Formats: sequence, structure tokens, C-alpha cells
Amino acid sequence: MELQNYNILFLYQETFALTKRLFIQLKRRPSTLFAGILQPIIWLFLFGALFTNAPSNFLPGVDSYGSFLGAGLIVFTAFSGALNSGLPLMFDREFGFLNRLLVSPLTSRISIVLSSFIYITALSLIQSLVIMLMTFLLGYGFPDLLGLGIVLITLTLLVFFVTSLSLSLAFILPGHIELIALIFVVNLPLLFASTALAPISFMPNWLGWIASFNPLTFAIEPIRFAYSNHLNLDSVALSAPYGDLSCRDCITSLFVLTLISLIIIRPLLNKKLG
Amino acid sequence: MHIIETKSLSKSYKSVKALDGFNIRVPKGTLFGILGPNGAGKTTFLKILATLINPDDGEVFINNIDLKKSPRSIRELIGYVAQDIALDKVLTGRELLDFQADLYHISKPKKHERIESLINQLDMKEWIDRKCGTYSGGMKRRIDLAAGLLHFPEILILDEPTVGLDIESREIIWNLMTSLKNQGVTIILSSHYLDEIDRLADYVAIINSGKVIDQGSPSDLKNKLGGDRVSLKVKEFSNKKESEKVKEILANINGISQIVVNVSQGYSLNFIAERGKDLINKLKVELAFAKFEIFSLTQSQPSLDDVYLQSTGYTLQDAEISMAGKRDLKKESKESMR
Repeated sequence: MELQNYNILFLYQETFALTKRLFIQLKRRPSTLFAGILQPIIWLFLFGALFTNAPSNFLPGVDSYGSFLGAGLIVFTAFSGALNSGLPLMFDREFGFLNRLLVSPLTSRISIVLSSFIYITALSLIQSLVIMLMTFLLGYGFPDLLGLGIVLITLTLLVFFVTSLSLSLAFILPGHIELIALIFVVNLPLLFASTALAPISFMPNWLGWIASFNPLTFAIEPIRFAYSNHLNLDSVALSAPYGDLSCRDCITSLFVLTLISLIIIRPLLNKKLG
Repeated sequence: MHIIETKSLSKSYKSVKALDGFNIRVPKGTLFGILGPNGAGKTTFLKILATLINPDDGEVFINNIDLKKSPRSIRELIGYVAQDIALDKVLTGRELLDFQADLYHISKPKKHERIESLINQLDMKEWIDRKCGTYSGGMKRRIDLAAGLLHFPEILILDEPTVGLDIESREIIWNLMTSLKNQGVTIILSSHYLDEIDRLADYVAIINSGKVIDQGSPSDLKNKLGGDRVSLKVKEFSNKKESEKVKEILANINGISQIVVNVSQGYSLNFIAERGKDLINKLKVELAFAKFEIFSLTQSQPSLDDVYLQSTGYTLQDAEISMAGKRDLKKESKESMR
């Protein structure tokens, strides 16, 4: 029992140290933090301006394109941050710093992965909150307390899902060039093939099908719903080609996807860190 | 008592055999040198000891613990200083040591005390609060060494710790190694610097192509050669036929043994001449009789390089030169990446 207590204490100590290192890096090189905030703000202004005259009755549940776009950009911010989460680990692998961690008598090497999850979740949530404040200042509203809860839960699930994939890629791919290339290839197409910028009703049938299976859509629609401030978790949030999904369905789908991704990456992490 | 023992250790990277039936026994509390040219398998062996890579075959016991079965227990015993220094450029030296101490689960008061003591011991006070990205090679090596020593390891594994260092840093590291050894720490030191191993090591294993060629104390290994090392050249640039003839002459002189033709040094002949037999004069007479002139003749006390030459047929320097260009270090690094 005493040994178990020690192990938990040690696990906390090593996870705290690993996370603290990532935050020191962020403090001394804050460009990733600012870039992650700046990019969606630019999108908000540019896309917001581009579709100012879009007929509002075409956009479900909102009165302006800016209000519609806000949820998409909040999710995009968290998604982009999480997609990049594998990069610090990849650099540690490439420059040999990971070996420093691996020769240390860590209680569990899962602490290496856990610290990345904690760091990227905190970073993504901070960035997303800044975007939420920005959309609020632009007059696109702010969710109530329950809505805020939905936003945080949805974003956390999405960040966990994408981070697990990104960390796996950081172990599978041979170097950071390949990882960055893959991030470039995946990032924007996934955004465009979701309901971030336009509702499914605007899309051709084939794209509507893709968008309605896109994990980003499962995150965007509950958040868009949370902004409407008349939350009913069982109301229809997404009219997909295969049927209507409620807010609860979307979050459940995201939860299942996250769970599956965490189960899938476990053997890989065991192999690489074991 | 042997603190480290390996049995028939093998490790391959695709088609390259890095270790091939590697057997070593390291007595406790000694400084054990691993001497060999680049590509001989030194780093692979040390990475196995540090639990960074798994052997394909064979066994490793450290302090009677099976490395394959209990790698975490091994990690508590060892401090590892890698050949390529990997520091976080953004952290200061002190932050890095603090970080490393947390990974070793050292309590807060002990951690600060230990870090201060290492800062003083390795003379790092002036620059410890600067970011690691600004450090010179010597500073990086010292901070890396300090990180490996934080938890008072019983075994310190050093992979070529003085390569490319200035004299001051080298001297500090050498003194530290001697002091640690006197405190009972077992040190495994890999190097291709003969003088370093000769000066510091109690025992040495000479390795080549993933195999241990010979091991023992440096003086025993040198004494095993049985006399003085002589290097002879009959022409500045001789040839195979000529060198074979000279070899024949030498072989017939009683007291001359272990004759090796060193092709890379212009077919020079290296051999051991028993002391006290005036063999050099006999040799001169025999060569003159066979109408050979002497271009150069040197006689010296045997060195570890002679031990290496005797076992492999070429000097350590020749082995380094022959390996240079053959290795794709980037590829090797990728292949050994986790």
C-alpha cells in the first residue's frame, strides 16, 4: 500500500516536471500560442467579411454568418493546436532528448504522454477561450453556464482524440518534416469537409456525407447549439444525410471516437515506450 | 565481484551486425574502459546497458539483476551520459537539473542540495542560470554529466565524454571520474582516445566489429605482448612481395614474434622483440645479408594501440580512417530512434 502511494506520488512528480517543461518552453517561445490565436481571428475577419451578405435564413439557428462561423473557428483552433501536439515529442525523439527521459526510472512512461495531453488540452482551451471572447466582442454572443460546460467538454474530447492521433504519428513517422507535411495535408481539408464554414445543406451530396462523419462536425454542432442559449441536449443539432443527430448524439460520437483512438494507440505507445 | 556481466550479446541493425557474441565482465568499483574505433559497437553496447535498446540475443546482468526482466531497477542504478548531448535549449542549466531530479523522484530539499553540490563540483556556477542553447561543447558536457549524477548512481556510463572538448573541461571530467571511482562508483567509459583509457582505466576491453578482442588491465594487456614493440620499414613505400620476404627473415630470428604487416602504413612490419637479447643488431645483420636496407626502425614500450594492432592487423587510427565515409550516421540515428 505504501509502495502504491509512493508510485502515485512519483507519477505526479514526473508528470508535473514533464508538463512544467512544456509550459516553460511555451513561455519562452510564445509564438505557437499567438499564432494559434491569430490564425482563427484572421479567418473570422476574412470569412466573416466574405459572407457578410449571406442570406441569414439559410444558416440554421443563427442570425448572421459571424455567429455561424464562431463555433467552427473555436473548434478549428482546438483542432489545430491538438494536431500539432506531436511536434514537441517528435523533436525530442529526433534530438535525443527522449532518450534522457527513457533512461530515467520513471514510474510509468505514460507520464510522457500524459504531460503532452495536459499541456495541449490547457493550451487549446486557452486559445479557444480567447477566440470565444473575441467573437463575443464582435457581437456574436457567448454561451450561458451550461453552454460553456458543453463547449469545454466537447473541446476536451476533440483535443484528446486529435492529440492521441498526433502523438501516435510522432512515433510512427520518421521525422518532423513528414509530420509537418501530414499536418498541412490534413488540416484544411478536414476543416472544409466539416460544417465549420457552411452547413450541410449548402454542400453537394458527397461532401455532405463526408462532413457528417467528420469528427470536427461532431464537435462544431454541439458548440453552435450551446451558443443558441436554449439548450436541449436532445434537440436536433445536425441534419446528416443518414439521419438527424441530437447534441447528445454528437458528443457521444465524439466520446466513442476518442475512446477508440485511445485504445488503438495504447499498444503502439507500449511498444515505443516499453 | 562483477557488477556487470554480459553473455553472448548480439544486436543487428538491418544488415549491420553491431554486436556479435559480446562478452564482458566488469569488476565492481572500477573504471572500465571500452576501447575501439568508431563503428566497433561501443555505443550500441552502452545503449543496451542504459536500457535504451534491447539486444537481439544474449543476456545482461547488472548487480545480478536481469536487464531484460527488470529494466526499471537497472535505470535506478545507472547514470548515462550519451555521446550526443541532448539538452533542452530553452531551459537554463539549473532548470534542466531540476527537471532531471524530478524524473529521478528526488525530494525537494535533497534536490536543491544535490544540484548545488554538483554545480560546485563541476565548476558551473558562472553559467548555470543561462539557457542551455548558449552553452559551449564543454559546458554542455558538464551539465549532461551532472544530470547523470544527480541520483548518486552506482554505475556511471559515459559514451565518449571528452570528444571535442577543451583541455579545461577534459581535465575537470577526468578528475571527476577519478573522484567518483574513489567513492566506489563503477564507471564504464567508452573512448577511442588511447591516452584517456591508458591514464584512467583499471580494466579495458578492446573491441572490434562488435566483438571483444581482449580484456584485462592495460598493463597486463601490454605485458602480454611479451617485449618491445618494433616498427620496421625497408623502403618508404614497400610492396607486398618485399614485405613478405622481410617477414620471413624476421620469423627466423629467435625472440621476434607476432609479426604483422601493416598495409596501410606502406607495408611496414610491426613485431615484438624480446628484451635483453640484442635482437635489433641481429636483425640488422640478417637484413644486410639479404640485401635489404633499413629505411626506418623504431623501438618502443608497447601501448594499447599495439595490443589493438596485434589483434586486428591495423592500428586504431587506421581503423578510424577505414570506417570514415562508410557509416551513414544520419541513417544509423534514424534506425536507432524510438
